[in-house]
Amino acid sequence: MSGEAVAGRGPGRAGRPPAAIGRLQRLLALVPYVTSRSATGLAETAAAFGITEAELVDDLNLLWCVELRSPDPYCPIDLSYEGGEITVREADPVARPLRLAPDEASALLVALRLLADLPGPQDRSALRRAIAKLEAAAGEAAAPSAQVAVHMDGRAPADVQARVADALRRRRRVHLTYYVPGRDEATERDADPMRLLVVEGRSYLEAWCRRAEAVRLFRLDRVLGVTVLDVPAQVPEGAEPVDVDSGPLYRPAPGDVRVVLELSAAGRWVSEYYPCEEVAELGEGRLRVVLRTPDTGWVRRLALRLGEDGRVAEPGSLAREVAQAAAAALAQYS
Amino acid sequence: MAVLRDGAMSRQKTERLLSLVVCLLSARRYLTAWQIRDAVPGYPSSPEAFKRMFERDKDELRELGIPLETGPAGPEEEVGYRIPRQAYELPEIVLEPDEAAVLGLAARVWRQAELAGAAAGGLMKLRAAGVEAEESTQPGIEPRLPAGEAAFGPLWRAVRDRRPVTFPYQAPGRPGPQARNLEPWGVVNRHGRWYVVGFDRDRGQERVFRLSRITGPVMFIGPAGSVTVPEGTDVRESVRAWDGAPPPVRTAALRVRQGAGFGLRRRAVSDRPDSGHPGWDRVDAPFTDCGWYAGYIASFGADVVVLGPPDLREAVIGRLKGAAG
Repeated sequence: MSGEAVAGRGPGRAGRPPAAIGRLQRLLALVPYVTSRSATGLAETAAAFGITEAELVDDLNLLWCVELRSPDPYCPIDLSYEGGEITVREADPVARPLRLAPDEASALLVALRLLADLPGPQDRSALRRAIAKLEAAAGEAAAPSAQVAVHMDGRAPADVQARVADALRRRRRVHLTYYVPGRDEATERDADPMRLLVVEGRSYLEAWCRRAEAVRLFRLDRVLGVTVLDVPAQVPEGAEPVDVDSGPLYRPAPGDVRVVLELSAAGRWVSEYYPCEEVAELGEGRLRVVLRTPDTGWVRRLALRLGEDGRVAEPGSLAREVAQAAAAALAQYS
Repeated sequence: MAVLRDGAMSRQKTERLLSLVVCLLSARRYLTAWQIRDAVPGYPSSPEAFKRMFERDKDELRELGIPLETGPAGPEEEVGYRIPRQAYELPEIVLEPDEAAVLGLAARVWRQAELAGAAAGGLMKLRAAGVEAEESTQPGIEPRLPAGEAAFGPLWRAVRDRRPVTFPYQAPGRPGPQARNLEPWGVVNRHGRWYVVGFDRDRGQERVFRLSRITGPVMFIGPAGSVTVPEGTDVRESVRAWDGAPPPVRTAALRVRQGAGFGLRRRAVSDRPDSGHPGWDRVDAPFTDCGWYAGYIASFGADVVVLGPPDLREAVIGRLKGAAG
């Protein structure tokens, strides 16, 4: 292969610099953060930068100690933090923040444009203005953001989207007719909307379900009907929002059934569509995957759909269920 | 020389780089490497060791996006360095409270994904410019871009810097991965999945690749700036065309058990009781891809029977036979 270098810079993910560099970025932002505000306390500044007060004091000392030795010794930064209040008296060379890097400008612009495109309750006018101002401030650094495009409509019907957004905006309770595909069943329930999540390419209403008396996620493309009720939403104080930032939305629970599927090359898509605990190559493009699920109904449906492209290897009871369901369906064609 | 602890080493480096930035920002004319060594504390006295360390420091600053400019310096017209203020400083930006609120929301979009650090870094600079981006009090929407596959980071850098790449790719239906050579034009997320679009050098055509099917490291095979994105390219449109389903062309005639097949009925063009079969409905629904739709129908098991067209009926029977073992 003619590749000259692996396209990366050392370990770690893109945009996660080594400690010394990360700290330099923070120090360069710290002085303008203080000078652009009329009053800044140690505690609030530490919180804004996500560091402890002790770390902040160490940063301030480091800034204060900067010394250039030539042609004449000179200390360009003068500041104090007496009484918990930070004062910068002199820091002319670094009084303004550094320009946005292309990665920074692109990350923010791509996200703002995504928000502006998504159906939902967000403030579109504010988004348009923020995008224009950020593009102007970023200048050339904004250019690569045009090479990233995101299309996420959440795959939800427009009328459902609109009504859910309306309920969120007005903080109203909704009545949902909700399709549960694992059981091929329509269910009825009232729910108090909390947020709209768009995760893994799909829209979900996060709401306090009054039937389950728990926080539930409702996939909008499975909402068969939604009515905004003339009742204020009442989300109990202890209702914990779903953590969308530390892993996949559906995480296996201790009681879940372990299912092993063997897939042909034509059935490989299963490993891309469902969260698999293990994926092993079996040669010739075949795969062996392990899934965990609280409800094997949808796996039975999946196996019927796959036909000879997928086989339930474990558990044996589920494999027999699939064979029986297939035989029952076939009987109707004879 | 005593080995310094990582922390002390890292602190010394931060101090040196900060002094270097301050020195070069304060300079009214270009400074030679030796003038810089005299002004900035922390450089070694050996000329070779200094040269090596200074080279690394310059790279670090450029990596951070600090505009390091070179020009003639000193009586001998040696290479000199400085950081022009105007190129360094973020221009004035003032956001209204509602604009700052949506910015806070935007910075969270990447939280699971590769550019999380970049989004946070950008927000930090904007806060440093005086923007008050607080947690949003608006009715909530929380979109999240998915954690991209390992290939996202290098492909984004290739797109950003316009560099061609090569990577092993497992196309569906092929027994093993193949090396592909691509001039990348853009990265696209569609319905939660990442794709890269570009000019495939081997096929001589525009192609779309799904990142989850890249099975090994992405390597650069050319310098920065060597990829030209054709005028008028819309990368989002390329992926839409590649991924988008063609319009429905045929209608399936189905018999569906009453109280079942909700998913199917949602797209039906007609749905009425079947007079000849009590307990069943006659449902007509559009479909495009016979193989895909046959799988979908088979997933309903004994609750759905295909009456026609014949190829769909045969395909469903084939699936069910496969599942029956």
